[in-house]
Amino acid sequence: MDITKVSALQLSKAIRSKELTVKEAVLAQLNEIRKREPLYHCYISILEEQAIKRADEVQKKIEQGEYSNSLLAGVPVAIKDNICTKGIKTTCASHMLSEFCPLYDAEVITRLEAAGCIILGKTNLDEFAMGSTTETSYFGVTKNPNHINYVPGGSSGGSAAAVAGGEAIIALGSDTGGSIRQPSSFCGVVGLKPTYGMVSRYGLIAYASSLDQIGPIGRTVEDCTAILQIIAGKDEKDSTCAVNTVSPSLKAIRQSIQGKRIGLPVEYFEEGLSKEVRIAILKVIEVLKECGANIEEIKLNTSIYGVPAYYILACAEASSNLSRYDGVKYGFRASKYEDLSELYKETRSLGFGTEVKRRLLIGSFVLSSGYYDAYYNKALKAKNILREEFHLAFEKVDLILTPVAPTTAPKLGESLFDPLKMYLGDSYTVPVNLTGLPAISVPCAKDKNNLPIGFQLIGKPFAEQEILQTAYQYERTVQKGEK
Amino acid sequence: MEITPETIEYISTLANLKLKEEEKVQTKKDLEQILEYIGIIQELDTKSIEPLTHIVQQKNVFREDEVKESINREQILKNAPVIKEGCFTVPKAVDA
Amino acid sequence: MKNYETVIGLEVHVELATKTKIFCGCTTKFGGDPNTHCCPICIGMPGTLPVLNKKAVEFAVAVGLAMDCTITKRCKFDRKNYFYPDLPKAYQISQFYLPICRNGKIGIETDSGKKKIGIHEIHLEEDAGKLIHDPSKEITLIDYNRCGVPLIEIVSEPDMRSAEEVIAYLEKLKLILQYLEVSDCKMQEGSLRADINLSVREIGSDILGTRTEMKNMNSFKAIVKAIEAEKKRQIEWIESGKKVIQETRRWDDNKNTSFAMRSKEDAKDYRYFPEPDLPPLELSKEWLEQIKKRQPELRDQKMQRYQTEYGLPEYDAAILTGSKPLAELFEKTTALCKKPKEVSNWLMVETLRMMKERELEPDQLSLQPEKLAELIRMVEDGKINRTISKEVFEHIFLEDIDPKEYVKENGLEIIRDDTLLRKTVEKVIEENPQSVKDYQNGKEKIVGYLVGQTMKVMKGKADPTIVNQMIKDILRNIVIKSI
Repeated sequence: MDITKVSALQLSKAIRSKELTVKEAVLAQLNEIRKREPLYHCYISILEEQAIKRADEVQKKIEQGEYSNSLLAGVPVAIKDNICTKGIKTTCASHMLSEFCPLYDAEVITRLEAAGCIILGKTNLDEFAMGSTTETSYFGVTKNPNHINYVPGGSSGGSAAAVAGGEAIIALGSDTGGSIRQPSSFCGVVGLKPTYGMVSRYGLIAYASSLDQIGPIGRTVEDCTAILQIIAGKDEKDSTCAVNTVSPSLKAIRQSIQGKRIGLPVEYFEEGLSKEVRIAILKVIEVLKECGANIEEIKLNTSIYGVPAYYILACAEASSNLSRYDGVKYGFRASKYEDLSELYKETRSLGFGTEVKRRLLIGSFVLSSGYYDAYYNKALKAKNILREEFHLAFEKVDLILTPVAPTTAPKLGESLFDPLKMYLGDSYTVPVNLTGLPAISVPCAKDKNNLPIGFQLIGKPFAEQEILQTAYQYERTVQKGEK
Repeated sequence: MEITPETIEYISTLANLKLKEEEKVQTKKDLEQILEYIGIIQELDTKSIEPLTHIVQQKNVFREDEVKESINREQILKNAPVIKEGCFTVPKAVDA
Repeated sequence: MKNYETVIGLEVHVELATKTKIFCGCTTKFGGDPNTHCCPICIGMPGTLPVLNKKAVEFAVAVGLAMDCTITKRCKFDRKNYFYPDLPKAYQISQFYLPICRNGKIGIETDSGKKKIGIHEIHLEEDAGKLIHDPSKEITLIDYNRCGVPLIEIVSEPDMRSAEEVIAYLEKLKLILQYLEVSDCKMQEGSLRADINLSVREIGSDILGTRTEMKNMNSFKAIVKAIEAEKKRQIEWIESGKKVIQETRRWDDNKNTSFAMRSKEDAKDYRYFPEPDLPPLELSKEWLEQIKKRQPELRDQKMQRYQTEYGLPEYDAAILTGSKPLAELFEKTTALCKKPKEVSNWLMVETLRMMKERELEPDQLSLQPEKLAELIRMVEDGKINRTISKEVFEHIFLEDIDPKEYVKENGLEIIRDDTLLRKTVEKVIEENPQSVKDYQNGKEKIVGYLVGQTMKVMKGKADPTIVNQMIKDILRNIVIKSI
C-alpha cells in the first residue's frame, strides 16, 4: 500500500481488516514526511512521538471493537496551524504565536480524536490565514508539490500541499475567502468549504469571524465526505453553529445526478480568466453533461463587488480579532519598552508580518469614525444583495459551476509585492464566504507547467450533499475514462 | 483617495502599530491603491437594502446559567510572558 | 455672578447577580485569589467564542420592564474596540446600535416634589478585569476574575438638577434592582458604579452646556461631594471667561477633588461593529410576558399590601419597604410571631436606631427573624418587661445571641414570686416613711417613685404593673389603718 497515494477510506478499511496496523500506517507516513519535507515544507510542527503513541492506543481500541461506526479510524490527519490543539504549539504561522500552546482542543480536534483519527502535525499557512500563497508565513514558504518553483496557494497551502505531495492523506484547512478551495485547486486535490455554521469554529483562531469556516482537504470526494461527517454538526460552544445539520453519507453522494440543473454565471467567465482555465472548465461541463446534468447560463451581476466587500469586512473583523495579541496574556512580547503604550506598539509591530499589518491598518481605517457607513455598512448591504442574488439563482439551478481561480498557481515571490493583484485572484471564491454558502474545489486539469486547475461547485445553504454528489460523479466519470 | 500622513498616524494608533518611515510610505501607497479599488463598492445601489450582519438564520442562542469549573491559575498564566503574584503584568497603566 | 443651574445625567453600571459570567460558565462570586475565576473564554484566548447567558438577558429585560422601557424586539451585540490591560480581547462585547431597552422612566421624590427621570437606554455588556497597582514598582498587575461578569449600563436622560435628585434617583434605582433581585448593588464591591455627566448653564437657557464625565465615586457621599465640586469648578471656570472642556475626570475622594484623565492616545474612536460571534436576539411578546410574570413583587405593590394585609400605617409601610432587606426581615418575622405592628415598631425604632448609630446599610443587617420573633413573643407572654427587652434586643442585634438563653443565663425573667415581691415592696415602703406620709397627704404621684425604687431593688425583673398595684394596695391599707 502506497501511503502517498492511498485514500483515507481505503487506509482505514485496510487497518480494520488487519492488512496493516495503525502504527505501521503512521510510521510510513512519517517516513514520507521526513523525505519530502525538505522539499515542500508543508508543516510547522510534526507530532512524531505523539502520533506514534496515539497510534498504539487507537490500535488497541480498534481491536477492542471501538470506533465501529467511524469510517476513518486509524487515519492520520494533518491540521492547519490555526486550529487549536491542547498542549501543542498552535502558531498561526506568526511570530506572535510562535511559542503559543493552547489550553484546549478545538471542537474539530475533539471530534477527530473521538473518531479514532490521529493528529499527525500542524501545517503551514499564510500568517493568521491572511494571504493566498502561504508565503507570508513566519516559518517560511511552502512549495507546490507539482512544481516547486510555484506557490501552493493559500492560506491553507500547507494542508493542500501535504495532501498533494504525499505528506498527509487528508487534512483540515480553514476558508475565509477561498483559503481551502484555492490551494486545493493549485495543488490538485479536493477541498470543501462547508456552509457557514456547519462546522464548529470553536478553537479556530479567528481571522474574520463572520466568514471563517473549517473544512477538509483530501485526495478524493469520498474522503472529504467521510471527514465532514465527523467534524460537522451542532456545537454548544459556537453560537453560530447551533443548528442540527445532517452531513451526507457516502451512499447519498454516490447517487446519480441525472437531471441536476447546473448554472454557469457569465460574470465568472469574463476578462481576467486565463485561457487554460477556461478550456478546463469547458471540459468539466462536457463531463457533467455526460453524467446527466443540465447546464444553463445564469447571471450573478453583483459578483464584482465581492472582493471589495470581502476585504472591507475581513480586514475590519481582523483588526478587532487580532487586537488581543499585545504581549500580555500569551505570545510574543517585545523585549524593549518604556511604558504600556510602547509595550503594545513594539510587540505588535515586531510580532506581526507585513501582510497582517497591512490588513489591520485597512481594517482600522474602514471602521474608524466617519467611515463606518461608507465602508463597513455598505459592505454588509452588498452582502445582502449578493445573498439575494444567489438565492434567486438557486431558484433556477441546483448548483453553480465556476472556476476556483482565474489562473493556475503563480511563481514563488510573484504576488508578494502586488497585494491588489493577489486580492483580485480571490474573485471567484469570496462571494461564497460572503453568502455563507458551501462550495467545493475539484481538480480537473493541468496547465502546460504541470500545475493543476480546479473547478468550483457552489450549492445552496447546507446542500453539501448535492455538491459532493456532483463532484463524486465527476471524479468517477473522469477516472473511468482514464482507465 | 489621498491618504495624509495624519491619517496614517491615526490609523496606526488605532491598530496600535508603530510604523517605520519606509513602512509609512509603503502604507500610504498600499492604502491609496486598495481604498481606490474597494471604493468601487460605492457604485452599488443600496437604497432600501438592509445591512446583513449575520448570515446564519438562528436567533436566541443561549447557555443556561450553570457554573462550570474554572481552569486552574497555573494553566491560565502558562502562556504569559511575565507574571507576578498570580497575575499578568504590564508596565504601570496610566489613569488607573 | 449669574444664576446657574446644573444639568446632570447618569451612566450607572450594574453587575448582574447571575451565577455565571455573561459568555462563559465561570463563577461571578466576588473575591477569590486573582485569576482563579477564569477560563480560556473570559480571558480571550485565541479561538474561543462567547455563548450568551440567558439569565443575563432576562435580568436586563426585567430591569427594562420595571423602568417602563420599550424592549428592543430584535437586538444585537456590538464590539467596542480599545486597548487597555483590563480588557483581554481588546474589545468589549457591548450593545451600541440596538440596546436591549430604550425610552424608560422612573419616578423620584425629593423635598422639592415628585419628578420623572428619563431612561435613555439600558444595554447589556461584559465587565472588565481589575488592575492592581504596585506603587513601589512601576508595574500593574492584572486580575481577570471580574472580567466577563454581566453588566447593564443604565443611561439616564440629563434630567437631574441637583445632587439631591441624583441621590433620590440612585436610591430608587437601587430599590428597583434589589427588588428584582438582579443585583446586590454593593458600591463598595463595585457592583453598582455611577458615572456623572454634568454641565452648567444659565437659568432659563435651554441649550446644554459642555459636559464633563466624572468617574470613580464609590459611595453616595462621594457622589454628592463630586457633584458639588464639579458644579463649582465649572461655574468658576465660566465666570473667569473660559470654556469648559469636554473630558473625563477622575474623582479622588481622599483629596476631595477631581483630575482630568489623560486621554493622550485614546481618541475614543471605538470602531463599533456588530459582533459576528453572537447571533441576534429576538425578544418575543411571549417571552417578555413570561419574564413579567416571574417578576417578584415590586416596592409600590408591597407598600400597598402592607397597609391592607397587615393594617400598617402608610408611614410604616413606606419605611419598611424602603429597603428590600428590611422588608424581608419584616415579612419573615411577622410570619413567625403574627404581630405585624409589634414587628414594625421594633424595626422602625430600635433597629433603625442601632443601624444609624453603627452606620450600617440595610444589606449589612444580620438580624435573624427567628430571634426577633422570639423576643416579641417573650414580651407578649410577659416573660420580660419592655425595658429588659430593649437590652436583650441590643445583644441580639450585635452578638446574635439567643434571647431565651440570654434571659435565662442572665436571670432577666420577670419574677412572679408574689411573696418575694411583697417582701421587697414592704421593705421599700418601710425605708421610705416620708413617701408614706406624702401619700397620706394625698400625693398619689409618690406611688411612681416607690415603683421605681422597687424595680431598682428587683433589678428591673418585676412587672411594674403588678408592683404598682401592690404598692397602691399596701398604701391604701396603711391609710385605712391610720384612720
